[in-house]
Amino acid sequence: MRRAAALPLAALALSGCTVPTFGASAGDTTSSRSVYHLWQGFSIGAAIIGTLVLVLLAWAILRYRRKGDAIPTQYQYHIPLELTYTIVPILIVFGLFAATMVVENKEVANPPTKVTIDVNAFQWGWKFSYPGTNAVVVGQTTQTPVMVMPVNTDVHINLTSTDVIHGFYVKAFNFSRYALPGIDNQFTFRAVNTGTFFGQCTQLCGLYHSLMFFKVKVVSASAYQTWLAGFTNSAAAQAAAAAQAGQSATYVPTKVTNSSGVK
Amino acid sequence: MTDVLERPLHLEEPDHHEHHGPSGLLKWLTTTDHKVIGLSYTVTSVILLVIGGAFAEIIRAQLASPNGTLVSLAQYNELFTMHGSVMIYLFAGPFAFGGLANIIVPIQVGAPDMAFPRLNALSYWLYLTGSITMLLGFFTAGGAANFGWVAYAPLSNSINTPGAGADLWIGGLLLTGFSAIFTGVNLVATIFYLRAPGMTMFRMPIFTWNMLVTAILILLAFPVLTAGLIMLYADRHFGTHIFSVAGGGVPVLWQHIFWFWGHPEVYILALPFFGMATEIFAVFSRKPVFGYKGMIFATITIAALSLGVWAHHMFTTGVVLLPFFSIMSLLIAVPTGIKIFNWIGTMWRGQVWFSTAMLMAIGFLVTFLVGGLTGVYLASPPLDFFTHDTYFVVAHFHSVVMALVLAGMGGLYYWGPKVTGYMLNERIGKIQFWFLFVGTQVFTMPLYLVGLRGMPRRMAIYPHDPQWKFLNDVSSLGAVLIGISTILFVVNLVVSWKKYPAGDNPWDAQTLEWFTTSPPPHHNFYRLPPIRSERPTWDYNHPEHHAVPHGQHVEPVLTTGESK
Ligand code: HEM
Ligand SMILES: [Cu+2]
Ligand SMILES: [Cu+2]
Repeated sequence: MRRAAALPLAALALSGCTVPTFGASAGDTTSSRSVYHLWQGFSIGAAIIGTLVLVLLAWAILRYRRKGDAIPTQYQYHIPLELTYTIVPILIVFGLFAATMVVENKEVANPPTKVTIDVNAFQWGWKFSYPGTNAVVVGQTTQTPVMVMPVNTDVHINLTSTDVIHGFYVKAFNFSRYALPGIDNQFTFRAVNTGTFFGQCTQLCGLYHSLMFFKVKVVSASAYQTWLAGFTNSAAAQAAAAAQAGQSATYVPTKVTNSSGVK
Repeated sequence: MTDVLERPLHLEEPDHHEHHGPSGLLKWLTTTDHKVIGLSYTVTSVILLVIGGAFAEIIRAQLASPNGTLVSLAQYNELFTMHGSVMIYLFAGPFAFGGLANIIVPIQVGAPDMAFPRLNALSYWLYLTGSITMLLGFFTAGGAANFGWVAYAPLSNSINTPGAGADLWIGGLLLTGFSAIFTGVNLVATIFYLRAPGMTMFRMPIFTWNMLVTAILILLAFPVLTAGLIMLYADRHFGTHIFSVAGGGVPVLWQHIFWFWGHPEVYILALPFFGMATEIFAVFSRKPVFGYKGMIFATITIAALSLGVWAHHMFTTGVVLLPFFSIMSLLIAVPTGIKIFNWIGTMWRGQVWFSTAMLMAIGFLVTFLVGGLTGVYLASPPLDFFTHDTYFVVAHFHSVVMALVLAGMGGLYYWGPKVTGYMLNERIGKIQFWFLFVGTQVFTMPLYLVGLRGMPRRMAIYPHDPQWKFLNDVSSLGAVLIGISTILFVVNLVVSWKKYPAGDNPWDAQTLEWFTTSPPPHHNFYRLPPIRSERPTWDYNHPEHHAVPHGQHVEPVLTTGESK
């Protein structure tokens, strides 16, 4: 039983390729992979304990079903046994906590980097701006704005909200964070694969909450530079963005159903 | 064994058994009898369970297809808000501490009534008016509250949610909050001051113990919610800026206040049901509660830890990432695990009788195991970042709350005969159990998966993805099975109406409430047995079968008992 405490750590150390996924996936950033391994570790622990309890319960149900009117011996305490199932879980918990801290410290670290994206959430859309460049992307609900970022680079995200609380969630990154009014939330992604990933607001933010989509497009470093260079006329871009953002209070999407196949 | 001063335990049976006073509607309106108030609470809360369940069925019908058109986006927000609010604020708590605890605790400790009978009546009327107030939101122009059951600021301010429905939600919650506080006061006073001679603290049944700890948690947590609601109302109407950035306030403060109440609330809801299941496990295994004292210390530990974990609901705010909240939350798994093993230990080497109540308790254990294990994941911030506000969380807490519903149903089948004097039909009960138990798993399991595949909660419509749709369909099927189980329960009530007289102690149970008549007389007891352990009724009926201390196989001499 004692070994169970070390299991999540062991699972972390393992590459994870032979361990079942337990419903999760490795994702596409460095952190998402650590989170995934942590997930596997927790799942192994849960599977062992869950199975143990269910087997004991099944045994009790099958073996001790009532057979007559005899009164069983009135056992009530077994101190060594009770101590065992107090102490062993405490050890397991400390194991889980240690593994948690390892992954968390890695995940919330903000290494210095050159690429920063300001993400601003509003009712009901997203604005991605790239400080130091002309690039701004704004989109509401079914317009599904796209956040472009380079692969294999630490990308610093500066997350804010103009109105209520929103949730910035990218499934493929195994990560979410609230966009809070009045607070700058900062974190870093390092994508390891290129591709387009589905993102959505996860924190209830009012009427069109279920339509607050975005996408994250991870591209090569050179493609990223080309994309940035495409934003030449800064004034025009800013004006367009401001105009769109300003609509948000009265904005009503023309199409309230979404079947655009985003994933 | 503690020496207790003997008092005459036989009260003379009065000539006129019945309490003289008004009858019928007037009696119900003016009663201060804890049994009548408790029954009113139980009936009201079960009706609210059905209403909340009906909202859930509409939600599940809407989600059966990605672009559901059954309800509008606005109506959907009202539905899940009111579903969650009705279930948490108006059903689960009041059912447990206003209903069953109100009826059972005084009898379990050998008291004639609650300590403050009039306050008890006031609790019920506050609860009823609060519930009606909250639901009246549906009849206002803007509809009912629609900011989720957690009412996060600033979405819940007067700009984003201007309607009267939100104010009725706040008002209703204030009223039911006070009713909870008053019931808490009453339970604590009753348990501390009205125990019968011989009923020492460590001879109280686990259900009573759990209600004591629950009541203390209520007294610690609910005033915080009340204060928060007043602040929210002031922000909405009196121009304060406690939660608004524009006026220098802090929106996240609302979350701190809410969850400082909200996490203890989770255990305010759960502990009573743990208590119900504990009693059922012991009675239907014909054994004492295994690890009785460990069980009590586990309950106290859970309650103590629960006051220091609120920020685990706020990991993704990014502003409270203290390891403290993670380790405290993880540690709650330990006393919870102790309980689970003690329940199995209670069945171990017993004579397990699979009555409906026992099946419900076993169903509770299995379902709660799933909810408990998935809860451990959420105590780990990185895993919470990954699953927060997705259907994984919805699945997790529905495993927990549906486990509570199972235990509560067990409580109704177990104590119903005591309260009404009549048994429920066991055959229909068992069919109901299977629908409820299987339905719960079919409903929750796909939600775990769809959450892990990225589906956020509180979505009226969702992107068309065949997997998401399939999993949602299965979940909706589970909701249908749960709905059928509710109908079966109502059918059972009708079919069994005054049909199967129960007698005083149909289950050969152990605690004091089974010593008196079913239903108990106005002041509960005409006589009491000697109380020499936490199982006075059992000791009285089975003087040869006392609990065997660990390592000892000789029957200790505990009491002279009385001949039957
Ligand atoms: C018939 C059984 C039930 C079904 C089918 C059901 C279904 C659901 C569904 C599908 C949601 C998610 C809605 C969404 O996020 O869009 C939900 C939310 C919720 N449910 Fe249930 N539920 C049931 C029973 C319960 C019970 C017994 C409780 C509590 C005692 C409960 C408490 C909640 C809460 C607190 C929420 C969150 C509401 C919010 O997001 O603000 N449910 N339910
Ligand atoms: Cu949103
Ligand atoms: Cu909590």
